[in-house]
Parts: sequence; C-alpha cells; structure tokens
Amino acid sequence: MSREKELLRKEMMPHMLCPGCGHGIVMGAMLRVLSRRFETLDDVVLVAGIGCSSRIVGYIDACTLHTTHGRALTFATGIKLARPDLTVIVVTGDGDGLSIGGNHFLHAARRNVGLTCVLFNNETYGMTGGQLAPTTVLNAYTSTSPDGNTEPAFDAANLAIAAGATFVARGQAFRTDALEDLFDQALDNDGFSFLDVMTDCTEYFVRKNSLGHGSDALFSQGSVDEEIQCDLAAGPTLRAADGWPTRDILPTGVLHRASRPSLSARLELAGQAAR
Amino acid sequence: MAERHLIQGNEACAQGAIAAGCRFFGGYPISPSSEIAEYMARELPKRGGVFIQMEDEMASLGSVLGASLAGMKAMTATSGPGFTLMQEHLGYASLAEIPCVVADVMRLGPSTGLPTSPSQGDVMQAQWGSHGDRSAVALAPGTVKEVYDLTIGAFDVAERLRTPVTLLFDETTGHTREGVSLVEPDPGSLWRRPMPHPAPGHLLEAFVPNEEGVAQVPDFGRGYRFHVTGLMHDERGYPTSDGSVAAALLERLERKLVPVEDWFPPEEHCLDDAGVAIIAYGIMGRVVKQVVDRLRAEGTRAGMFRPRVLWPFPARTLKRAINRARLVVVVEMNAGQWAIPVEQAMEGRVQTVRVNSLGGEPIGVDELCEQVAKAAFAEAGVA
Repeated sequence: MSREKELLRKEMMPHMLCPGCGHGIVMGAMLRVLSRRFETLDDVVLVAGIGCSSRIVGYIDACTLHTTHGRALTFATGIKLARPDLTVIVVTGDGDGLSIGGNHFLHAARRNVGLTCVLFNNETYGMTGGQLAPTTVLNAYTSTSPDGNTEPAFDAANLAIAAGATFVARGQAFRTDALEDLFDQALDNDGFSFLDVMTDCTEYFVRKNSLGHGSDALFSQGSVDEEIQCDLAAGPTLRAADGWPTRDILPTGVLHRASRPSLSARLELAGQAAR
Repeated sequence: MAERHLIQGNEACAQGAIAAGCRFFGGYPISPSSEIAEYMARELPKRGGVFIQMEDEMASLGSVLGASLAGMKAMTATSGPGFTLMQEHLGYASLAEIPCVVADVMRLGPSTGLPTSPSQGDVMQAQWGSHGDRSAVALAPGTVKEVYDLTIGAFDVAERLRTPVTLLFDETTGHTREGVSLVEPDPGSLWRRPMPHPAPGHLLEAFVPNEEGVAQVPDFGRGYRFHVTGLMHDERGYPTSDGSVAAALLERLERKLVPVEDWFPPEEHCLDDAGVAIIAYGIMGRVVKQVVDRLRAEGTRAGMFRPRVLWPFPARTLKRAINRARLVVVVEMNAGQWAIPVEQAMEGRVQTVRVNSLGGEPIGVDELCEQVAKAAFAEAGVA
C-alpha cells in the first residue's frame, strides 16, 4: 500500500465527493506531499469550514477539525498561537473562504498567521446545489443566476497578495505534479501561505453550463495554462466561442513571495520586550 | 486575610480568569466589556499567554475554540451585539464539547440600544440564542468579588464538563469599583478537562463519555489523531445521519449539565419563614437585599432568593428554597426573561408577580419596596 493511502481514514470511506469532482485529485496531491514530509500526522492539524472541500479533512488521519461556515481560519489562528510548533493547514472552498469567510481571509493574510490555506476553487456552492459564488465567472448559469451571472468574480490570489500573504500560488487539479510542488513550497513558508486551486464542480456547475463531462472541465484548465504560457491569451474569455461561459484567464504557479515575520514570531518578540 | 484592592468588576473577571489558568484571550472591543480585553492584553503576555484582537466577535470565539482544542484555557468577553454574533460558535462549542468561557457584560438592547447602560436583557439569549436544542450554562455574579469567584467557577465547569460557559453580568457590576479581598485558588484544586485513556495514535474513542457524561477529547498535538466536527457525530467523532445517535448525543449533552446548579448554591436571605419570596440575580440582588430588610422592619415576612446559576434552570434548588412562599416576586432588568421559567416551575401553585425595569436603570429600593408591598397586600386579599 502506498504511503499516502496509509494517511487515509479507511473507516470514513466511501467519501461523499461526486463522480468527476476535482476535489479528490487535489486531496490526493496534498496527501502525497504530506506523506513525503511527515512520518505521521500527529502534529499536523487540518482545519476546514463548511462545503464539499471542507469535508475532506475528515478523510485524513491527522488532527482534523471541521468547523463552522467560513470561520476555519479563526479556529486555525487560535490553534497556531496556542501551539506554534504544530503544522496548521486550512482547507476551504471559494464560497466558504471568500464569501462568508472573506473578512477572516483578509485578516489572516494581514496578520501573516503561520499556516497554509488551500482554497478549492470550483466557482460555485457545490454542497448546497450549485448556487452563485463570489468566484463564479460572468455570464455563468447557476441555480441562483438563472439568466447568467451579472457580477464580476474575485481573484482570490490577488486578494491574498493585497491583504499581506507571504506566499501566494495558484494550482490546478489538472496538473497534479505542479500542484504538489506548490503545496510543498506553501508548507515551507513560515507565514501565511495561500494556494488557490482550480477544480470543477461536475454535478452542478459543469452540467448547468453544458460544459461536457468532468474530464472536459478538467482539460479546459489545461488550456488556460497553455495559452498563458505560450502567450496566446488574446482576450479575457476562453470558451465563449463554443457557447460555454467565459472563464477568466488566470496565471498559475507561484505568484507572490514576501519576507515578513509571522504572527507567532512577532508575538514572541513582543512578549520578550514586555518582560 | 488577603490584601484588599479597589477594582472594578471587569478587572475582577480578567483577574479571575488568569487565576483560573486562562492563558488565551481572543476578543473584539465593545462597551461595556472592553476593560476585560485591555487587562488581558497587558497581563497575558507577561504570563506566557496569548492575547489577540480578532476582526469580529465570530472570529474572537473561533480563535478561543481553536486555542482550547490546542490545550489552552481560553476565553473572550463581549456585550449584547457581540454576544449575538457569538451564538453560532456557542452552539458549535456545545455540540463539539469545547471548553471555553464567554463573559457577556450586558447592556440595554436590542440592537445598539444603550451601549453604556446596564441591562439583564441577554438572559434568554444565553440559553436560546443559538439554533437547535442546546442546554447552556450561564452564571450570574452580583458583586465584584463574585465576578472573580464565578469566573474561576466558570472555567472549572467549562473544563470539567467540556462545555461553553457564559458569565452574565451587567454594565453596573462590570464598572463598579469595590474594595475586595480576592483569594487565589490553589492551582491543584482547579479542574482540568478529562483526558482519554487509550494509547496515543489513531483514536476512535475521542467522544466516548466518562462517568459524568463528558467526552474525553485529547488536545491537538499530543500524539492523538482524531476528528472534531459540528455535524452530529458518533463516539468516534465521525459524522452520522443516524437520528437515534443524534438524539442520544443531544440527551447526553443536556444530562451532563444537570449537576451544575448544585455546584453554585444561591444566596438566600431571610428565606426560612418567608411568605413573600423575591427572586433577583446580579446587580438586582443587592437592591432586593435592602428591600427585604426594610419590608421585614415593616412587618412583612419577605426573603430573597438570588441564583448564581441561571442556566440550566435550577428548578430543584428554587423549589426547595421557596417552599413556604405564598407570593413570588421576580425582579429583573428586562421584560421578565427569567420569570418565565420561574412561573413554569411554580406550576400555578403560587402566585407570581413580575417587576421589570426596561430603561437601563436598576430599580431603586423605594420603588421596589412599594411594588412588593402592593403585590403582597393584593395577595393577602385585603385590597
């Protein structure tokens, strides 16, 4: 049995992810990195909010905490300050992390709390039935935008950079080798690391917008990457010509690095000064 | 005899928390509770503790719950509007059995209300503010010294029963300065959360209850790997949609709180032969005590019952204490929030009268004497 499989809680199987969902691919990439970095996950705390992505922490044999909607980062901040020696990883979704939890996201990044936040970005609320998210692209159909989305989407990575995160990257379920590398680098950073991961909601978002099968959605991520790398990205839309909704062209890879002391480091300094 | 200090209720709360071993405070400024956060911001770093000002009250309690799961005694302090924002995480802490203390220094509401005027308007919110059927613990200190003692008591209950505990006191108690002798507890006498027996590693018994009905959840980072969730869960801590497991969990969470009323006996003043029992808590207890003395001097056999535990409702203690009363008067700085369960407990056998103040002012001795005397007169059938 491979090492990453040993990190799964077999008694929690079968998992609740839908066929074709990209979340399992992202979790697999995370598990491979964790299995390379840690003998056991005794000192790794995985904290999640509410949503499809947040359920995956329960599948991993670590210290796992499934919190309230949008507030995982607040629990994680308390854990990291109480036990700076623990590795704290937050798993969140785009609705959880950027809508209901948007304020906590900004402030965790601003404080440079020493944790890694992995945002499974499928551009919709999957668990509640495919509603509009702050990351849903313009014109896309969701169950609460029946005539197409009229609101612009957030760029989660830009938000994190503006708020003060010290490591920001974007990966894709389509490119697990690159994703593993980015997650590994995120864990190396002492401060707040943010990893925006493109993944697809096949049961709601992909079907509502007639994007084909799960594999079609997955491959469409690749085309984004390739077009950018080849400098072929001519406009802000990729799939409109095919009748598909627009998908913003987003850069992948490491997007930002900064060197600033983490919150734990600053608090220890402050404590020493007071003494 | 311990040294006497002139301190306010909010400082007594912070000092009590530190004496109880609290080393984490996550807070958000709000009148009239902010002195608690300010004291903790000054003192906790000197004691190896952590103070953090979070971005809002939901985040404050979230950080407290995280720190508690990582093994620290942790608290926050707030007032009405902030207490409302914390209700989601109070429900989470109840279901996931995470020890924590929340001090709610009550001000007049609803909404922004009168931010610097006292009130007892959060009594029902402390029990029913969070969704679902949840049994809550709320303690109501009435003096500065008692704020100190009950803050320590709140941590003991939180740790022993792995539950959130709310301290309910009002702006007047929070800001009144009194000369008090505070006795620090012997650290050995303080409760620590129950710890699991099985060997470290992959733990499938994190939520197996002990003999007091309390889950034995380890702290994170102590060699145990386990799951904590706000979903209904089985004794492994894993989510379940089995209705019978969910119902049994809710019943256990309610049952484990039953002994709390016995741990903090009420203040009883002249109740032994009292035909008129006046019930009051917090700051109103201090007024009622004087009212009882004056009424007695005038020939009315009055007595006071001042509960220190508001929730779970101390029905056993109350019925035992006021069993001679023909008339029960419930005095509150709200519209009668605690009078409702009192009337329920009396089952219509005793006449109950409510005296309420809604304007952000405690009821004075003169006015209260008059109202109680009038009620007593009416009850005697003379009017």
